[in-house]
Amino acid sequence: MQTGSADEIAEALRGTGYLTDDALATVTFLALRMERPLLLEGEPGTGKTALAEAIAQALDLPLVRLQCYEGIDATQALYDWDFPRQILHLRALEAAGAGATDVEEAEKSLYDERFLLARPVLAALQQSPAVLLVDEVDRADDEFEAFLLEVLSTYQVTIPELGTVAAATPPVVVLTSNRTRELHDALKRRCLYHWIDHPGLEREVAIVRSRAPEVSEELARQVVGVVQRLRETDLLKPPGVAETLDWARALHHLGTVELDLESSARTLGALVKYRDDATKVQHALDQMLRA
Amino acid sequence: MTTSPVRDADEVLVGFTRALRAAGVPVTQDRTHGYLAAVALVGLGDARAVYDAGRATLCASPDDLVRYDQVHQAYFNGRDGLPRARQAQAGVPSYSGLPLSEDGLEAAADDADAEVARAMASDVEVLRHRDIGELTAAEKHRLNALFASLRPRHPVRRTPRHEAWHRGSVDASRTLRSSLRRMGEPAEIRWRRRGHRPRRVVLLIDVSGSMSSYAEALLRLAHRMTQAGPVETFTVGTRLTHVTRALRVRDPERALVAAGDTVPDWSGGTRLGETLRIFLERWGRRGLARGAVVVVFSDGWERGDAALLAEQMAALRRVAHRVVWVNPHRGKSGYEPVQQGVVAALPYCHDFLAGHSLATYAELLEVVGRA
Repeated sequence: MQTGSADEIAEALRGTGYLTDDALATVTFLALRMERPLLLEGEPGTGKTALAEAIAQALDLPLVRLQCYEGIDATQALYDWDFPRQILHLRALEAAGAGATDVEEAEKSLYDERFLLARPVLAALQQSPAVLLVDEVDRADDEFEAFLLEVLSTYQVTIPELGTVAAATPPVVVLTSNRTRELHDALKRRCLYHWIDHPGLEREVAIVRSRAPEVSEELARQVVGVVQRLRETDLLKPPGVAETLDWARALHHLGTVELDLESSARTLGALVKYRDDATKVQHALDQMLRA
Repeated sequence: MTTSPVRDADEVLVGFTRALRAAGVPVTQDRTHGYLAAVALVGLGDARAVYDAGRATLCASPDDLVRYDQVHQAYFNGRDGLPRARQAQAGVPSYSGLPLSEDGLEAAADDADAEVARAMASDVEVLRHRDIGELTAAEKHRLNALFASLRPRHPVRRTPRHEAWHRGSVDASRTLRSSLRRMGEPAEIRWRRRGHRPRRVVLLIDVSGSMSSYAEALLRLAHRMTQAGPVETFTVGTRLTHVTRALRVRDPERALVAAGDTVPDWSGGTRLGETLRIFLERWGRRGLARGAVVVVFSDGWERGDAALLAEQMAALRRVAHRVVWVNPHRGKSGYEPVQQGVVAALPYCHDFLAGHSLATYAELLEVVGRA
């Protein structure tokens, strides 16, 4: 794909079914050209993870995903040695006539690249050019952030037994955060920052049409109209684009042609996930669809 | 083309980052560099792209984005309406750990006079129990030094992950792994137990008019707790303000000045329910309050809708591990929890504590530590 300008990026992403607005296209363009990680924050279900997938698809690069969780450490993110296979190798050497082999040689052969289990970060560096998605980085601990910072600033990893693995071309790095905690400034400074908002009416309709082509234009428009208005009401968890898609698909599967009270009540579970919200939405739908 | 127009453009852009910094966005030198590089890439001609490039390179949180938009509007479209520049921290004297009192110091030095020393000790004891709202300026000044004597104990939670320990249950995988590392030779048995991590504490401090005489002391308390472990502090009033960053500064006086600069709604009204709703929406439900000990400091004089407050307190209780309400008036004789806000909130609190003196703060720390 051409990465000469923000418009070309937007075009290429559209080709994969991911519709960006100008700001996001510009930021993606900058991240690619400046070779800086892209830090995405925003409401759940606004397409943070999907962007990384779309970039990988558009650039035709492998996507390497690192899902963060509490207590994640370097052996789960970087590399580990495959001890069972090393032992197997040693036993094989023994069986082949141990006396003949040089001890030094045998030892050296144990720390070979084929016994290395490449975890996501190392895999991304080895495979690069690749897209490395560090998902929900806010779930990991502070210490892990410091470790990420190190990798992201040099794009290389040192393995004591083997040496340094450096990426030929730096991978495209996308970090996502749900803001359950504030990330460290040092990490943020390395990254380009973008806050993904809920899309506007026209763009959301387009997203639904491109992601769920089976849903009719008419239904998509109605669904998005309702969802957009629901976002303005006071809900515990305003529905994201992901919920819009789910709801549109659910309605389609029930054979709904036009949104009405009955069909929306039956599919409400796809849209709202809190009991308090369900009653509020029910009420709001009553008013909207009656009118 | 000569280079001078480009340089002029750079100057304008750097000037913009200065204005941004003056408005409170923490723009550093390297961010400015990133901004210039990004603008060069997207081209100066495209105003919209320049705007987006600035958002990506100069901002780091939603709060920054709001300020960025204001400054951008003011800077590039006519320079009126710039947000008021924040005063630098100059001109504020910094105090640290003063002795309890001038007289006290002399008395302590002259330890022959044990009578005076004892009098001083009891003086401190009295001060510990005095209502902070009724102290004179000099007494407050002495009390400030006493905050250093508070010993916050951080609550812990057990994590699903295990940690290595010298006894407990057998850690099969680690034992096996260490034996594999020795090429199959049996190694020592490893043990493990459930891990412990500090539990997050969230402080919500009411800084409205009716709480103004306690606000400073409460921020001092928050500062003391922030120094001890993972504590997030917000002030509530007519708005919600995140002041944790300011309170991380080690020196209490500087931290307080920094926090004071951050909070825009000192001594305003209280819309507790509304700000609580914003807190839960933007921070709490995402994870900040999940499993945390949440302490609300307020007298419960709610100007807004008490029903909304009750609803939000119920939501808060559902996500938090423990909800503690601290009311400065609770410790006073003849106090009845009749204020609209307190009545609405009380059913959803695990603890209802007094918070008018240093001694009560020590109690609070005890309750939080045990949670």
